[in-house]
Amino acid sequence: MDNHKGVLVCGEIAEGQLAPITIELLGVGRKLADELGEELSILLMGSKSGGLGQEAIAYGADNVYIAEESILDAYNSDAYTQAAANLCKKIVPSIMLFGHTDIGCDLSPRLNGRLGGGLAMECMELSIDPATKLLVSTRPVFGGNAHATMVSKSARPQMATMRAKTVPPAERNDARQGKVIPVEDKLDASAIKVRVVERIKEEVEGVKLEDAEVVVAGGRGMGTAQNFGMLRELAHVLGGAVGGTRVACDEGWAPATLQIGQSGKVVSPKLYIAVGLSGAMAHIAGCLGSKCIVAINKDKEANIFNVAHFGIVGDWKEVLPAMTAKFKELKAG
Amino acid sequence: MNIIVCVKQVLDPEIPPAKFKIDPETKQVIAPSGVPPVISVYDERAVEAACRLKDKHKGKITVISIGSEKASDVIKHAISMGADDGFVLNDAAFENLDSFGTAYVLGKAIQKIGGYDLILCGRQAADWGAGQVGSILAEILGIPVVTLACDIEAVDQNVRVKRIVNDGYEVVEAPMPSLVTVSSEIGLPRLPAGMRLMIARKKQIPVWKAQDIGAEASQLDKGNAHTEITSLTVPTRKTECEIVTGDTLSDAAVNLVSKLAKLI
Ligand SMILES: Cc1cc2nc3c(=O)[nH]c(=O)nc-3n(C[C@H](O)[C@H](O)[C@H](O)COP(=O)(O)OP(=O)(O)OC[C@H]3O[C@@H](n4cnc5c(N)ncnc54)[C@H](O)[C@@H]3O)c2cc1C
Repeated sequence: MDNHKGVLVCGEIAEGQLAPITIELLGVGRKLADELGEELSILLMGSKSGGLGQEAIAYGADNVYIAEESILDAYNSDAYTQAAANLCKKIVPSIMLFGHTDIGCDLSPRLNGRLGGGLAMECMELSIDPATKLLVSTRPVFGGNAHATMVSKSARPQMATMRAKTVPPAERNDARQGKVIPVEDKLDASAIKVRVVERIKEEVEGVKLEDAEVVVAGGRGMGTAQNFGMLRELAHVLGGAVGGTRVACDEGWAPATLQIGQSGKVVSPKLYIAVGLSGAMAHIAGCLGSKCIVAINKDKEANIFNVAHFGIVGDWKEVLPAMTAKFKELKAG
Repeated sequence: MNIIVCVKQVLDPEIPPAKFKIDPETKQVIAPSGVPPVISVYDERAVEAACRLKDKHKGKITVISIGSEKASDVIKHAISMGADDGFVLNDAAFENLDSFGTAYVLGKAIQKIGGYDLILCGRQAADWGAGQVGSILAEILGIPVVTLACDIEAVDQNVRVKRIVNDGYEVVEAPMPSLVTVSSEIGLPRLPAGMRLMIARKKQIPVWKAQDIGAEASQLDKGNAHTEITSLTVPTRKTECEIVTGDTLSDAAVNLVSKLAKLI
């Protein structure tokens, strides 16, 4: 008999609050749990988690497990894996959900290895198959050129990491009831082998890429770091941010933190201006949510024109200066 | 320092999306003719990371790949970059393995090779991109794992790894032996040249079957797979792109800006 039951969300805390992705996961998790007629639980880790129990219940959790040990305050792969594995052994969830975040991407495959479950990463959609009651996960494969759906027939837990902003956040209802359950077991410190020595935040000047209303992105076609600087000028005029393709970041024209795409940042500005980049699916995965995509590319067959709303076929060297000047004029006047 | 690098041979991920075709029946991708398979990008960076460590600390790099017999090409590529030895893991039972199956087979081969300080994998494969083989492998071997490395140093008995996070990076230390997954931020791979190309060309790449590494049939049985693909589709996306023109390209640019004016 399969004794795995319920949905468990791996919660994340940002600036003392439930992270936005966690509220999204509580939304999907609630739906999945209701379809199965099972409970939704969440695990919150770190000494700041104590105060967030009611909050998580308001967003849909039936049970909130609080692991307050201070070693869980900041992410440590060994400590988090151990804490999550301990809870899974205790409550034997059928489904476990993570954000496709720094924490989720590192923790979920390890936990999967330890528990022997089945994991689908970077999911865009999760549902329950009405006939088999299995979790069906949809995720991009081949750099986004195709989508695959996956199931785990017998491996448990069925695990998934979910891309941010693919589902609406859970609705808050302060009248909801639930249990806050402190995790009593202490972690085995001798099993914590990995040590975080330092964390460095890379400050970028100006608007944050993820928050920008206008993003100007460049690719291999920019040719040099100096040319890439022209994109910064346009972004500056528009009060926006600059980003790059993997090639642009590899070349060092833009820092790695400004890579847009499947393995970089996901942005959804009002205006996305793509210059000298071909529009590989793995890149587009990071900007498809943009309201308006504009492409400047000398190759009319480039894939970017298949997703752009406006385009100019031509050398950016002849297009960009005139664009920047005209935008400047508009802004001034 | 003894390093083992796990590499995969994949369909070239840079083929234009228009050429990308699938067979929804078999849930497989149809390789376009005349496009040779390549070493998966992140795995190539893992080889680069291994070569940099060897440049500094000496030692030996062994490369393994599960794949067809043609996978000897990616082993040779790694040898031409600076690796010393390599093995292809080829067996009918190794086809279309899920992440657990893959990690199991790699683990068996690694146990056979033995004597390692560090295992390197790419962060994810450029084809199915599951992103979990390295971590599962570390759990199977019972060694620490650090993911998404952009720099790796060996300091005494530890690896010191700079790993990328959303808003910067962190530096993590783990005792060796350990496993590290490598991201593209580690930097461009070296180009194979001169003597190394010769050495690689001449190198015999042994092929190991399931029985050579002691892989058990029950572990490779598709019926015991942890995950199963139930469908494969190509997303359709239809955006009407208005190509803006003008007498000159700068006129086109001015026309484009007028169309965008309401957005800013
Ligand atoms: C698993 C995986 C994950 C990946 N993740 C990402 C990711 O997160 N982000 C990402 O960006 N990529 C990612 N990639 C890589 C991606 O597949 C492409 O290799 C990359 O996006 C291509 O970058 P590009 O468009 O700058 O270069 P190219 O594809 O080489 O395109 C350059 C374009 O510039 C145009 N051009 C050249 N000169 C000019 C000129 N003077 N004027 C106008 N146009 C010009 C050319 O016509 C061409 O279309 C990933 C790949 C894989 C396999």
